[in-house]
Amino acid sequence: MTAPASAPLSARSALSRGAVPPLLEWAAWAAAVACVFVLPSKLLLLNEIAILALFALSLDLILGYAGIVSLGHGAFFGVGAYAAGLLAKHGFGDPVTGLFAAAGAAALVGFVTSFLVLRGSDLTKLMVTLGVAMMLFEAANRLDWITGGADGLQGVVMKPVLGLWDFDLFGRTAYLYSLGTLFILFMLARRIVHSPFGLSLRAVKGNALRAGALGIVPGRRLVAIYTLSAAYAGVAGGLTAQTTQFVSLDVLDFTRSADVLLVLVIGGAGNLYGGLVGAGIFRLMQTWLSGITPQYWQFWIGLLLVVIVLVGHERLTRGLPRLAAAALRRLRGKADAPGSTRP
Amino acid sequence: MAELLAVEGLAAGYGDARVLSDIGFTLEDGRSLALLGRNGTGKTTLIDTLVGLTTRHAGTVRLGDADVTRLGPEARVAAGVGWVPQERNIFKSLTVEENMTAVARPGPWTVPRIYEMFPRLRERRSNLGNQLSGGEQQMLAVGRALVLNPRLLLLDEPTEGLAPIIVDELLAALRRLAREEGLSMIVVEQKAQKILGFTDDAIILDRGTIVHRAPSAALLADRAALEMHLGASGKGA
Repeated sequence: MTAPASAPLSARSALSRGAVPPLLEWAAWAAAVACVFVLPSKLLLLNEIAILALFALSLDLILGYAGIVSLGHGAFFGVGAYAAGLLAKHGFGDPVTGLFAAAGAAALVGFVTSFLVLRGSDLTKLMVTLGVAMMLFEAANRLDWITGGADGLQGVVMKPVLGLWDFDLFGRTAYLYSLGTLFILFMLARRIVHSPFGLSLRAVKGNALRAGALGIVPGRRLVAIYTLSAAYAGVAGGLTAQTTQFVSLDVLDFTRSADVLLVLVIGGAGNLYGGLVGAGIFRLMQTWLSGITPQYWQFWIGLLLVVIVLVGHERLTRGLPRLAAAALRRLRGKADAPGSTRP
Repeated sequence: MAELLAVEGLAAGYGDARVLSDIGFTLEDGRSLALLGRNGTGKTTLIDTLVGLTTRHAGTVRLGDADVTRLGPEARVAAGVGWVPQERNIFKSLTVEENMTAVARPGPWTVPRIYEMFPRLRERRSNLGNQLSGGEQQMLAVGRALVLNPRLLLLDEPTEGLAPIIVDELLAALRRLAREEGLSMIVVEQKAQKILGFTDDAIILDRGTIVHRAPSAALLADRAALEMHLGASGKGA
């Protein structure tokens, strides 16, 4: 038994395999940056998508990788939003500092509540997360001398990002700032989920008791990822507060928690991309459908949710390209048929 | 040699139901023990109890200098217990390498060393747990327990349901671990002759209690004892 300890070596190899973004992903990031020039009139919407994507990414860390269900993830979003907003309102308007404060405040709440949340069945977790979010909502409502209550937090004034770029009306700085934050935190999340820690979370997700007997300590790992996820959600909330320069009670509303769950169901949990893709689809659908049927747009989102859950995400994502290919073949067949007007 | 495991007056089971009663034995560091018995005599329950997965009603379990009686499974693993469960419990959403990397602890047993022991796992390193054959899963279960760098390895029917050629490969690896590496282990097996050849001592369970104990070599030669406790000269239960 003389071989040197090479567990870290294995860890490194696991890291390097999972941590390198594929070419397609780099192309997607480049396309997201190019939107600044290609879609200059849609930057406010794109900023919302970037923030929602980060929020969904935070939920993916606990739901997709550790199997922790939550109906109250908006609590951390809200805490982050108020932390960043209050800091800016009281004269500390540096955006990056504000994001650290948002992350820290949300992480603290996440850490404290993790001990309540991480016990019991899935139903218990759902109820406890929902309950925590409801308590924070009412606390923010009650503490109107701090939060502004139902009127919202007024007087949030942001300084330029890194002392260089002022927030503008068209959302250019806001979008690039949110996109940059999303990029950094996405890369960090990728490192984490492919590390031995991340792998062990996936093992715990299967069966925590068995995983414990096989060498993984579930408790500390779940607390750690729950706290980290809360910090991520806090940053998303902080970005919202900073880029809109306003914080209302909506940031703690139940619908925010429900929406982000919906986003992850649409995009698919447990692969990091799901939150990003889901955020894009959800927000674009919301914008498009509310333009067509302003009062009933939620009907179509609900229908999509039912289809995804019943048919299954995997089958859909595998089936859609096949359907598209079949449709393309049909179109080509028609075009090649005798009598076709195609030159 | 120092005493590694000491079990005394142990009674345990599932909830209120007692499966084991008055179990007592010791295992010295570097020695191996065959845990034998017919089907349903409490072998798996004893292993599960040593791992900390059952309800203890009485007795104590010591590992080295530490009393682990009241410790949960995670703490027992940290104290040096490695477990290869009967159902293997491979993490199906992880690859072969990830299954080991997720649990690896510093020590002489590393992932590359496991690949040396089971070259088949190296070939399948990028395959998911659910893409492996039964034999490969068993090799992975042994490898995963070894990268914990345990002081005591518990193997619950490691050859069950495997093809003869795989059984031979696996038993050769276990023999090497016991004889050349000097790793302390307890091996549960219904077919006694498979493991009596390389373990040091043996105990036989019946109805949750120890009914026979002897050095493995002596038991292997004692056809009467094998016939009485295991049937068919220990070839099967």
